[in-house]
Amino acid sequence: MSEHTGCHDYCAMISEFIDGELPADLCAALEKHLTGCDNCTIVLNTMKKTIELYHEDEGSADLPEGVKRRLFTTLSLADYLRK
Amino acid sequence: MDKTKINDSEISIDKLIAQDRDELARFVETYSPRIYRLGMRILNNEQDAEDVLQETFIKAIRALPTFEGRSSLSTWLYRIATNEALMLLRKHSPEMVSIDAPAEEEEEEQEALQIVDWTNQPESELSVREIRQQINSAVAKLPLGQREVFALREVEGMSVKETADILNVSESVVKTRLLRARMHLRQVLNDYFIERQKHEVADE
Repeated sequence: MSEHTGCHDYCAMISEFIDGELPADLCAALEKHLTGCDNCTIVLNTMKKTIELYHEDEGSADLPEGVKRRLFTTLSLADYLRK
Repeated sequence: MDKTKINDSEISIDKLIAQDRDELARFVETYSPRIYRLGMRILNNEQDAEDVLQETFIKAIRALPTFEGRSSLSTWLYRIATNEALMLLRKHSPEMVSIDAPAEEEEEEQEALQIVDWTNQPESELSVREIRQQINSAVAKLPLGQREVFALREVEGMSVKETADILNVSESVVKTRLLRARMHLRQVLNDYFIERQKHEVADE
């Protein structure tokens, strides 16, 4: 396995690694690789940051007032809108 | 990631099946913002998201007597909603809808050679807005399969298994699609920060 292929394979594990779902043996192999590979470490850190950024972005799940009103009306539950 | 999770146990399935109106209203109140958000993420269109929202609850309320509790109420509801979204996409452009984009099984993008660490970039008010735009437009352009996984797993906080159940695919497919979506979004932000750095250097 060439060095390039190695990094590519390790990058493919990073997503599961972040979620804490990578099997222990692969986890150990990846951690070992990261200590000697700046590029994969940057991919890991920037991916973590990416996930952080879009989670910040999601915020609260608000339903636009008109959408809610029409939904409740369609379901014959319009009387609950005022409660 | 679990901040959006809902405790299903708060809603009584028995009361729902008995068409208890108070409970139905609570059910709709609790889940409608999530179903609408899911529709927006998958369809990128307010009218389509609203159509999916209405159809989902009409069908769900009608189908409640057949709900067997093999999955949680939310998993069941999300499954109805993703099916509705898919049907709507097929109606709009039957020839275009493929859950697995042709390129998805291939390596669509090699890691860029330019590896830059931008994790310590200052985030001013303006750039936060710009970053949001970058993310939203990149998510909207993901292949459908990745967009569905992204919406369920990242936005709704479903587990890999729940996401696989809802979409009726294997867990490894969910993991692969999530990896590709994350890699792509990372790359989009990577390009954005590199571009911004260039402008900053040019301005000095």
